[in-house]
Amino acid sequence: MSERLFLKGNEAIARAAIAAGMRCYFGYPITPQNDIPEFLSTELPKVGGEFVQAESEIAAANMLLGAAACGVRAMTSSSSPGISLMQEAISYMAGSELPGVIVNMNRGGPGLGDIGPSQGDYFQSTRGGGHGDYRTLVLAPGTVQEAYDLTLLAFELAFRYRNPVLLLGDAILGQMKEPVTPRVPQQTTDPEAETWCLTGAVQRPGRVLKSLFLDDGALAEHNTRLAAKYQAMETESRAESFLVDDAQLVVVAYGSIGRIAKSTVRKLRAAGHRVGLVRPITLFPFPTAILRDLALAGKRFLTIEHNLGQMVDDVRLAVRTVTDSAFYGHLPGNLPTPNDFEAPILAALGH
Amino acid sequence: MYMDTIIAGFGGQGVMLIGNLLAYAGMHHGLEVTYIPVYGPEMRGGTANCTVVLADEPIGSPIIHTPQSLIIMNGPSLDKFAPRLVDGGVLVLNTSLVPRERIPSPERVRVVEVPANAIADELGNSRMANMVALGAYVAATAVVPLAVVEASLPSVISNHYHHLLPKNAEALRAGAAHVRGA
Repeated sequence: MSERLFLKGNEAIARAAIAAGMRCYFGYPITPQNDIPEFLSTELPKVGGEFVQAESEIAAANMLLGAAACGVRAMTSSSSPGISLMQEAISYMAGSELPGVIVNMNRGGPGLGDIGPSQGDYFQSTRGGGHGDYRTLVLAPGTVQEAYDLTLLAFELAFRYRNPVLLLGDAILGQMKEPVTPRVPQQTTDPEAETWCLTGAVQRPGRVLKSLFLDDGALAEHNTRLAAKYQAMETESRAESFLVDDAQLVVVAYGSIGRIAKSTVRKLRAAGHRVGLVRPITLFPFPTAILRDLALAGKRFLTIEHNLGQMVDDVRLAVRTVTDSAFYGHLPGNLPTPNDFEAPILAALGH
Repeated sequence: MYMDTIIAGFGGQGVMLIGNLLAYAGMHHGLEVTYIPVYGPEMRGGTANCTVVLADEPIGSPIIHTPQSLIIMNGPSLDKFAPRLVDGGVLVLNTSLVPRERIPSPERVRVVEVPANAIADELGNSRMANMVALGAYVAATAVVPLAVVEASLPSVISNHYHHLLPKNAEALRAGAAHVRGA
């Protein structure tokens, strides 16, 4: 017990990134994720890494692309408006099959919105985000411990699939503090990257990392391979299931909203209501199979989000052959509490 | 075991500091804990507040609308949060700055009065009113042992101020003694 650290979500991510062997960080300040660059600006150089405060988010994302092309474990972090600016580079990374970790501490929108929590970036996160037809792996921690653990996993997955990985939190996760047991990652380097990364072509033929495929049939072949890769990622899907076995109604909510809904579920359970919770931990791949199985078992569904309704589309797709999902949206600009979800859950239960 | 609390006061009264201290003490006592500073329009001139949850199982929401306990350091915070306190909840009130008469429907909650600024003044430093209030809270709720809170002080007070650790511990004990003697 005494080995636990008491950390903000942002600091947990920064510490985990260093533990994961990250040696390059590029970023540009924006609330509510500034604790990440603040921590890394002093701590990353101490382990021989490079910290760069870029001139813009666009520059930071392209620096990430460059470091990734060199096979280096690298990361950038920002919040919603800054993540929008990074999308061109993320699309190029996906097209060039480059591994990198991008942290988005989602804030209210649209536009500059506010500095409070929001889940308004779900579509952007899970549908690629930039131009072209691609996917990024999306990990959505609900606790500070999970933020630490999923940061370790993000680097592992980025190199396993040679793909950008998005860590999606919000202002709640970034600012709250919880105890963290700092786990040690199994792997902090990527020897496999030596087979494709750019190292100067000394005593070997040159390599090309690119996203432009003009030769006849080349792009079709490339996209077919990417599609197979996105299909293979399905095995990475994860979710937390809470009291679903005898539930009549399953609440589906991710990240901070998932844990806030958990408090509501506990309270309603204590009052005798048969309600459970599925908290998707990976948003792409989406935990479709878990939800489909619950639908086949006769459960009804209520998706709760901190937006106008985005993930609910994926829940509906998952259960569509059997049932549908109701939806409750708590709009950004309002801080959600467990009380806010009681009436919508009771309504979905038919009370 | 489950307890949540909102700690609120003017910016500068050290509510974030004692929120952190309570959370550290909970962690050192082997509990699950969450701490969240709540930012909102109130950050401009009104109240500063944070929410701490202590439990023996994984914690759901770190944000609480209707808390089981409150530590109220100033008048605007009382007005904002007292109506939200659950029936029978614990209200630790800094009566140096807020008269008991200002509490709306005091009969429905358990009021713990502590003249935190006055006690801190007697100890020689009114800035330790926050520690007095936390000592009173810990004595009133027994949510964690006071000794664990004292032992957690070095976790929240920077090395530069470690010469003040004994004085802060004294302020915690004075707040607790006020409640136990009452």
